[in-house]
Amino acid sequence: MTEPEGPRQTPLQDRHIALGARLIEFSGWLMPVQYGSILEEHRAVRERAGLFDLSHMGELFVEGPEAGAGLAAALVTDPPSLAIGRAHYSMICAADGGVIDDLIVYRLAEDRFLVVANAGNADVVSDELAQRLEPFKAVLDDRSLAMGLVAVQGPRSREILAPLTDVDLAGLRYYAIAEGAVAGIPALVARTGYTGEDGFEVFVDTARTGELWDALLEGVRAVDGVPVGLGARDTLRLEAGMPLYGNELDLETTPFDANLARVVKLGKAGDFVGRAALERIAADGPSKRLVGLVVEGRGIARHGYAVHVGDRRTGVVTSGTQSPTLGVPIAMAYVAPGDSQTGTMVDVEIRDARVPARVVDLPFYRRPA
Amino acid sequence: MVPDDRRYTKDHEWVRLDGDEAVVGITAYAADQLGDIVFVELPAVGRSLDAAGTFGVVESVKAVSDLFAPVGGEVTATNDALGGSPELVNSDPYDAGWMIRVKVADAGALDDLLDAAAYDALIAAG
Repeated sequence: MTEPEGPRQTPLQDRHIALGARLIEFSGWLMPVQYGSILEEHRAVRERAGLFDLSHMGELFVEGPEAGAGLAAALVTDPPSLAIGRAHYSMICAADGGVIDDLIVYRLAEDRFLVVANAGNADVVSDELAQRLEPFKAVLDDRSLAMGLVAVQGPRSREILAPLTDVDLAGLRYYAIAEGAVAGIPALVARTGYTGEDGFEVFVDTARTGELWDALLEGVRAVDGVPVGLGARDTLRLEAGMPLYGNELDLETTPFDANLARVVKLGKAGDFVGRAALERIAADGPSKRLVGLVVEGRGIARHGYAVHVGDRRTGVVTSGTQSPTLGVPIAMAYVAPGDSQTGTMVDVEIRDARVPARVVDLPFYRRPA
Repeated sequence: MVPDDRRYTKDHEWVRLDGDEAVVGITAYAADQLGDIVFVELPAVGRSLDAAGTFGVVESVKAVSDLFAPVGGEVTATNDALGGSPELVNSDPYDAGWMIRVKVADAGALDDLLDAAAYDALIAAG
């Protein structure tokens, strides 16, 4: 398959331009970073609803009598333990335990799974999965370019989507997925997201993504919601304490470093890639720990800034921003395990100054029950 | 058209003479490009600035940008309101969103900066 040069474009490109979006290249795709104010987009999702184009994400379907067993050998989780119609957060690791990507695995049928990968890693994950599934009676179908993905997120999401779909949304639990129609378009509807709010992700064919977007945008507008770009997507997920691949996760990082030990199913039967290394780390403890920081002095801790305890450098900031919801500068950082206890005071090196920050529990923000 | 009572830099700062002091801020174009401004770091009063040297930092939700002094001189005041309300730079960049006042060493240096028409042409050219 030949593709034009330059970044890939989602099927919604023309709509983004018509909406006045500022477009940037992200993970090989031209994506909207903001349509208007990032802060207003952020608040709209927290208070009402926002609409996201996530068509850059990778959709990998795995099918066959050994699809579940193959995925269990390829990933750190145990997909055969999923009930049909349910999903879980997962990772694909290298043999040394480093994270190749973080994923959502949905079980669509007894022998059919959908693996959603980050845009920037979709090709690597696709190749790696194909190789790891080789010994199994399972076929990988990479539909990343054939599918669009649109997410509605925010407390009003359900009332926006409900009149447009035959899927029983009340019965669709968090981390569940169902097949149905949305605005008359065959779709997979999942109750998942990356914002810390209730919401839905809708997968459809690329050719019909525009129709889907138009129908959902009308509903979102009706509750005073807005389209939301990558800028607010980042501040929303950071407040929710969710890792971003490339910031909190990479090949030099294991799930244990990122406080995601619960994701690694060492108790599952059979070998999987990374097991030996991950068992060792589980026994010895990680060499660094992901923590939340609230900056207590003046300044915003940003990706790459050094973190100190006294004169000793303990780690580095992975993500940071001024929290739109909390009104204070928040960050995630890796620090030495001994400095990771809640309440520990550290200094973030912000330009020429050492600015105090406190280790806090993640997430920074939890939606009201 | 940007206000014609002041001069501009190619880095999108403005400078307006007020007696022997210069008031400095960033343009509406710069504020719009940065997006929602959430933090402004300004120099201490009394600090001596070199023309075209950095005098502070402005941060939006996404980005950190240096601020460059349009003219040299000693800082005589900073806009304390930006500590609690950095969004003034977005909402009123030419007035309430001012950043520093500088005792100008060489008022003639302003003549080397862009006038309103030249700055308009610069941003029109993108």
